[in-house]
Amino acid sequence: MWQHFSDWLVFGTLGLSPKSALGSALDFFIYDTGKIFFLLVIIIFAIAFVRSFFPPEKTKRFLEKLPEFLGNILAALLGIVTPFCSCSAVPLFIGFIEAGVPLGVTFSFLVSSPMVNEVALIMLWGMFGWKIALLYIASGLVVAILSGAVIGRLKLEKWVEEYVYKIRGSETAIETLSFKERLVYAWGYVGEIVGKVWLYVLAGIAIGGFMHGYAPADFLVKVAGPGVWYAVPLAVIIGVPLYSNAAGVIPIVKVLMEKGMAMGTALSFMMAVTALSLPEAIILRKVLKPKLLATYFSVVAVGIMLTGYLFNAVIK
Amino acid sequence: MKVQILGTGCSRCKLLEEHARQAIAEYHIDDAQIENIKDVEAIMRMGVMSTPGLAVDGVVKSTGRVLTKDQIATFLTRAS
Repeated sequence: MWQHFSDWLVFGTLGLSPKSALGSALDFFIYDTGKIFFLLVIIIFAIAFVRSFFPPEKTKRFLEKLPEFLGNILAALLGIVTPFCSCSAVPLFIGFIEAGVPLGVTFSFLVSSPMVNEVALIMLWGMFGWKIALLYIASGLVVAILSGAVIGRLKLEKWVEEYVYKIRGSETAIETLSFKERLVYAWGYVGEIVGKVWLYVLAGIAIGGFMHGYAPADFLVKVAGPGVWYAVPLAVIIGVPLYSNAAGVIPIVKVLMEKGMAMGTALSFMMAVTALSLPEAIILRKVLKPKLLATYFSVVAVGIMLTGYLFNAVIK
Repeated sequence: MKVQILGTGCSRCKLLEEHARQAIAEYHIDDAQIENIKDVEAIMRMGVMSTPGLAVDGVVKSTGRVLTKDQIATFLTRAS
C-alpha cells in the first residue's frame, strides 16, 4: 500500500523516472518514512501497554527467587517487557542488588533491556522484514544471557561500590492500574518516544535514500564484505558513540548492506549502537567501580563481535 | 501537603514536576508544596526503582510514569 502511494507520488505526480537517481532516492524516502511512522505509533503503543504490567518493582520479585542460569534467561526476557530508561539505571541496579538478585543476573537485564528495545525492533522490522528482526532479538537475548552468566562466574561483587550494599530499600505496594490508565500511559509513551526519535528517523532515511540512489552498488564489498576480518570489531567501535540512535542508524545500515556490508557485521554494528552506550556507562559509574564497568563493556563487546563473526560465517 | 517528585533529574522527572505544578495551580490545591527528592538512597528507601516517581506526604503513588496533570490532581484532591 505504501509502495503504491509512494510510486504514485514520485513517479506519477512529480513525473520522475524510477531509473533516475533522484526518483529512486525520493521514492525510497517517502515509502520508508510512511511505513516506519505507522509502525512506530502502532507498535510502541502495544509494547507500552504490555509494559504497564511489568514495572521493575515486579520484575525484581520474579528474579530474586531464581537460581543463577535460569535467572539470566528470565532476566534477559524480562528486559524486553520491563520499561527501562538509562536515567533510572542506578535505582534499578541498586534495587535488584538489594533484593538479592545475583550480579550476573542483573547484568543480563542491563544488557537486554536497551539492546532489545522497541525502536530498534520497529526499524528492523520495517526496513528488513520480520526474519531479521527476530534474528536480532534472538541473538540479542543470547548475548545478554551469556554476558550476564560470564560476569556472574567472575565473582565481581567486590567491584560494586560499597554503599550499594548498605542501602536498605523498602517494598512499596505495586500500584494496579486501571485499563484506562494503561491506555493513557501507553499513549503518553508513544508521544514521548516518537517526539524523541522522529528527527533521527527522518535523517537516517534521508541519508539512506541518498546513498541508495547515488552510491555505487559494490561500494562496501571491499571494506565491509564477508571476507574482511576486521570489519566486525571496527563496526562495534564505530557503533558505541552512536548511542540511542537506532532510529537513525538502521536505515543507513540497510543501505550499507545493499552496498555490500556483510549481515553479521551489520548485526554487530546495530547491537553496539543499542547495547553499549557511553552516557549509560557514565550513569552506571555511580554504582560500579571502573574495573567492573570495563569488564561489563568488554564482555558485551566480545559477545557482540562473536555474534557478528558467527553470522558472517553461517550466512554466505 | 508535600508533593514529592522522585527522580535524579532526568527530562521525564522535570516533566512530571511541571505537570504537578499545573495540577496544583489549576485545581487550587493551596496547601501543596512541591519537593524534589534527587538522592538515590532516599528514593530507594521509599521502594522506588523506576523514576520518575510521585509521592504525597511520603506515600508513593506512582512510579516510572509521567502522569498527566489530571491524574496528579486526583491523587492530591483525594489526599486533602
